[in-house]
Amino acid sequence: MKYIEPHAHMVSRTTDDYEKLALAGCAAICEPAFWAGFDRTSPAGFYDYYRQLTDYEPKRAAKFGIPHFCWLCINPKEAEDAGFAREVMQIIPEFLDKPTVLGIGEIGLNKNTRSELAIFEEHVQLALDRDLPILIHTPHLEDKRKGTRLILDSLASFSKLNRGKVIIDHVEEHTIGAVLDAGYWAGMTLYPESKCTPNRAIDMIECYANEQLWMNSACDWGVSDPLAVVKCGLEMRKRHYSNDFIESIVFENPKRFLSQSDRFRI
Amino acid sequence: MPTKQQILDLHFMDARCKLIDLAAFLDRVERHEGEADFRFEALKKALPILLSTQPGRAKAILDSLSDESTEPIEKATLQGAFGAPR
Repeated sequence: MKYIEPHAHMVSRTTDDYEKLALAGCAAICEPAFWAGFDRTSPAGFYDYYRQLTDYEPKRAAKFGIPHFCWLCINPKEAEDAGFAREVMQIIPEFLDKPTVLGIGEIGLNKNTRSELAIFEEHVQLALDRDLPILIHTPHLEDKRKGTRLILDSLASFSKLNRGKVIIDHVEEHTIGAVLDAGYWAGMTLYPESKCTPNRAIDMIECYANEQLWMNSACDWGVSDPLAVVKCGLEMRKRHYSNDFIESIVFENPKRFLSQSDRFRI
Repeated sequence: MPTKQQILDLHFMDARCKLIDLAAFLDRVERHEGEADFRFEALKKALPILLSTQPGRAKAILDSLSDESTEPIEKATLQGAFGAPR
């Protein structure tokens, strides 16, 4: 099945996973910068992480014939200390001109704090200043609905923002409507326990019939499945969707959004 | 699009399994010693939504398990989440 994995944290995955993705038909992988499962203690830690994302991972993916792209930021989990976050943000411009960097992400909120919100808005401004697409993380579990609302309210204050260049990720049934109604793209993350199951994602596709939707595995160091997108494609087949329609969701939609960056070429 | 019958053929056993597992979980928590916490109460509070005759049950359950506040908080006291509001 030809598909794009638009959100995967491959730095946390084994080389065997690259092989599985290649065998499953993955045509491209996009990796947003995120939390490593622990807090980094210095900006130098992020410098090395950005090197890994922009240099090492594309080479690792290339061994399996898969183009690898990335998004850069300091993630909201490590943005509680705004001073530290700003020190890290000073490093980011050095990497933004690397050939596989698509935009700013995954920025957003985690516990919906004032500091997280301030750093989120500074990232949005950085993206606007450079006309870059934005990938937004929404909080987990009980914090998601409030965080999504805060993010939408904040974005509404950026009058020059092209909403078609912004994807708000990890939507669920209680947040997808507000995201799509406001004109943003929405990402559905397929996780075994939290976020979204394959059949709930297909239900949302049925209910919203929107061309501004993508699905991702967001596979990382936690409980997650790097083959979640292609497995969801299989569930769509079981629910009588045509191969063309499945491809429109798992390949054409992410390709259309990601191609807003000139660097996304597959 | 599949019919209702075909959806049942595809997903009934999975839903049956999850329903029984949920029932067993409620029994398990009640059988063990100690006090349950806010998560257990939040889960029980959401259960009647399953019997609603209105569509949008998944959204309604997610709403019932969401933080109702609207303003950003001053400072995070933890990084994770529990799945139900305190």
